[in-house]
Amino acid sequence: MFDTQLVMYDEDYRRILGIIQRLVRDANAKGVFVVDKNGQLIAEAGEVRGIDTTSLASLTAGSIAATGGLAKIIGEEDFPVHFHQGERDNLHITLVAKRVILVVVFDDRSSLGLVRLRVKKAGAEMAKVFDEIRKKAESAPPGGAGSGSPFAEITDDDIDNLFSD
Amino acid sequence: MSFINYSSREINCKIVYYGPGLCGKTTNLQFIYTKTNPDLKGKMISLATETERTLFFDFLPLALGQIRGFKTRFHLYTVPGQVFYDASRKLILKGVDGVVFVADSQIERMEANLESMDNLKINLREQGYELEKIPFVVQYNKRDLPNAAPLDEMRRLLNPLGVPDFEASATTGEGVFETLKAAAKGVLTDLKKLGR
Repeated sequence: MFDTQLVMYDEDYRRILGIIQRLVRDANAKGVFVVDKNGQLIAEAGEVRGIDTTSLASLTAGSIAATGGLAKIIGEEDFPVHFHQGERDNLHITLVAKRVILVVVFDDRSSLGLVRLRVKKAGAEMAKVFDEIRKKAESAPPGGAGSGSPFAEITDDDIDNLFSD
Repeated sequence: MSFINYSSREINCKIVYYGPGLCGKTTNLQFIYTKTNPDLKGKMISLATETERTLFFDFLPLALGQIRGFKTRFHLYTVPGQVFYDASRKLILKGVDGVVFVADSQIERMEANLESMDNLKINLREQGYELEKIPFVVQYNKRDLPNAAPLDEMRRLLNPLGVPDFEASATTGEGVFETLKAAAKGVLTDLKKLGR
């Protein structure tokens, strides 16, 4: 998990998007999602129309958190791979670099073996990207938002305006 | 931990509603859900038992509007209040940006309020947070009930730090949005400090 605030810039986002778009093709998946462990959706690719992605992100994080808790109870550090089999669609969930969650939705056009194989490669690439993001955040000034953060300039009026309904 | 996405120009923050069992955490979220413009809210998720007691969490995503060109999204979570769900409560506090403590004003629930407040402090500390340092708001719920404890007494016991606090009746919605606004404001003000 990120100990600091997660700040993602356009270039990082594009790299992650590139990785998961390739994963959709290579694994014959319906859709791929990247979720942070706190339940926020980071990126999505594939056939994601009709899927409530915000709920998917929050529930995935809840599920990973719950099974992580179970793992600790029996003396494991984590259960990094989860597979849920449905009648038509299946979910393959992997914890990447202990920080983010890679969710693959696939049906019978693919197979668990193929998804597993492709996720392994994509997961390793993604771990590198998130490692770089972490290093960037650590080298940034305290707060992680970095210099030139738009939030340093927020005024009380800006905040009040959000609630002026 | 808030998540700032420069690519989609979004900022996501997590607010957790904490408090003893049956104090009205889920009712707070339900009221917010029913009164929010459909364009601004996502689906509300409740992982509850058959008797509608929260089992794991309730979740409500809300979009509040834009600040400096960034879409501001708040993810509201409740914890299960019953004492034996402590393991779940710890998980939900992970990555929290702000906390709302919902107290049950009924005089016979005062001990449960205090126990839950202590539990909150312990669980936050386990995650590396200090209650004194994170955006925190207290809500005295169920003020409409005849057996409500005096406000001064509740303040003395539950809000020694003097954080923003509100009287509420979550079933009628009184005080619900005031509480949410104060919590959201606290989180954004914190973000402003961090950005400096």
